[in-house]
Amino acid sequence: MFILVESIRAALNSINAHRFRAFLTSLGIIVGVASIIALVCVIQGLSGSVTRLFQGLGTNNLAITSFTSNEKQLSGQFARLNPEDLNLIREKVGGISAITPVLISVANASSMSALSYSSKKGYSRVLGTTYTYQKLSQMVPVHGRFLTDSDNRTRRRVAVVGEEVRQKMGMPANPVGEYIEINGEWVKIVGLMEPKGDAFGVSQDDYVLLPYDTMQSLIGNQNQSDIQILLTVEDLTAAGEIRQRITRLLRASHKLEDNQEDDFKIQSPEQLLSSFSDFINAITYFTIGMVSISLLVGGIGIMNIMLVSVNERTREIGICKAIGAKRHHILLQFLLEALILCLLGGLIGILLGYGIGTAAAHAMNFPLSGVPAWAIGLAFGFVSVVGVVFGMLPAAKAANLDPIVALRYE
Amino acid sequence: MNPERHAAVPDAPAPDTPRGADRPPQAGRKDVIVLDRVVKRFVMGGEELRALDAVDLRIRQNEYVAVTGASGSGKSTMMNILGCLDRPCDGRYLLNGADVTGLNQNELAEIRNREIGFIFQSFNLIPRISSLGNVMQPLLYRGVVHAERKRLATQALERVGLGARLQHMPNQLSGGQRQRVAIARALVTTPSILLADEPTGNLDSSTADQIMQLFDELHKAGQTIIVVTHEPDIAAHCHRVIQLKDGRIVQDYQNAH
Repeated sequence: MFILVESIRAALNSINAHRFRAFLTSLGIIVGVASIIALVCVIQGLSGSVTRLFQGLGTNNLAITSFTSNEKQLSGQFARLNPEDLNLIREKVGGISAITPVLISVANASSMSALSYSSKKGYSRVLGTTYTYQKLSQMVPVHGRFLTDSDNRTRRRVAVVGEEVRQKMGMPANPVGEYIEINGEWVKIVGLMEPKGDAFGVSQDDYVLLPYDTMQSLIGNQNQSDIQILLTVEDLTAAGEIRQRITRLLRASHKLEDNQEDDFKIQSPEQLLSSFSDFINAITYFTIGMVSISLLVGGIGIMNIMLVSVNERTREIGICKAIGAKRHHILLQFLLEALILCLLGGLIGILLGYGIGTAAAHAMNFPLSGVPAWAIGLAFGFVSVVGVVFGMLPAAKAANLDPIVALRYE
Repeated sequence: MNPERHAAVPDAPAPDTPRGADRPPQAGRKDVIVLDRVVKRFVMGGEELRALDAVDLRIRQNEYVAVTGASGSGKSTMMNILGCLDRPCDGRYLLNGADVTGLNQNELAEIRNREIGFIFQSFNLIPRISSLGNVMQPLLYRGVVHAERKRLATQALERVGLGARLQHMPNQLSGGQRQRVAIARALVTTPSILLADEPTGNLDSSTADQIMQLFDELHKAGQTIIVVTHEPDIAAHCHRVIQLKDGRIVQDYQNAH
């Protein structure tokens, strides 16, 4: 213990005597640790906001979409879900508390439709759906109302818009009663929905909702249209069973042979979330691996400078040995010097990385969830290992010097 | 020059010194150093060189010895062996009655720390730390706690007349002052022998005189001193002179003091 305290004191003295060099020496470590921490900050922030995004969709929800395999796409056969499929599920599957079709206008590849309001023109996502969509997507109107069942039945030309649409079309704070033009058809706005904010810098409030039947009559060509089906199960534990029943039903209705794949997909937000997490984890491990290599390079930098320092202080080591320093005294001093350099570098790196992460979170507009303890632990752990491993060679070199040779060294 | 320093180093020896020059050096005092047929060989360019060739030597407590000889006579090798920096190839070395011939590097480091106070020609202070820190250093390896190290080091520096220069860095001190710091560092461990290697080699003659007077004073206080030197007047200053040539002792005589 005595030796440890005294060696730390000596190591700190010697680092303090060459502050600038110490800083340059640990720069590799600083940069390495800063990149790990910044990265973890960003990834944590991102996955935090994604998790919130999916939670907003409701965990009891299932989404059914058409799915066309690559080979089928090449032969020009596109799978579709149509209103009959919706009716089939509505009639034959129990345990569903709400179900609604969503019709996406496929006017162009980006699924954005042209809008105009007074003299302004713009684009937004136009969806055709029913009043049930409100329950499924947990939307609350700020002004006016959501779509109703009677809007649908009478194919009223009305629309509900998100906050982003109101802003980019330059509509008044309360746009209810205004008219906008969608693909050449005028519709009246009956409601403005509460904003949900951004996810990944993409607004979640950039949409125009029309009654399902209105939309179908607007785009015409009903048989060709492809719909999504959103539904909520009453009991989450029954979700698996309901999925199986829907699968059987749709396969039968689509006349699929046993050896053919499903031409649709049933997804839940949980599933999306977990596949997203897998993806994020894979990226995290990969980049941490990459950064680890930069930390190794930083460690080699430290070893290099420590070797120079041992050379430079050869005479001093000789003096210490002449007046009674044993091997372990010298070894410990140089080893601790390398270790302290690494730890200081790690500390600066963590602060710097946190700063970069905060700046990135600010720039990319997602909330910062802070640096998790495991990342700090990992950084310090790795950096300590680097310090000991790369400090060992110079320290051993110093400790093994012959006092006579070292004393004569000029 | 600092007047305090002069006060600490009296010019002439007091006549009633209890153990000193007026008594014969062999008067029943115990052996500090015994070399028994010590051989040190080096191989240089395929040729074997005997730096020390079966040297016998006996140095008693409180002797004041000069080891002299031309360059290549084996002085430095002798100094390294006596200082436990190096091990003899053959023969035995008894230090304070204990055989140190077969000790390993760590054991030798401990012997150096306890028994030997080194003083070098080029002072060999650690440049980054103050005179106090330099003098505290050997006690560190002995495991003395910080406060005690500081107390003993301050005492040692006061003893060599540098009580007012505790916090000075080596480069803020004159050559003579640096050598005094080195002497304080050698004394702080209360070693059995003070081993000085050309201690005045880097000093002008008046500073050299002052350093030698300090040695006289330490000798009078009972210290055993061995000075390795090639300068005849430094050797003449010591009480016993051992002259080496080609690795052998060719002369060993007492100076008339």
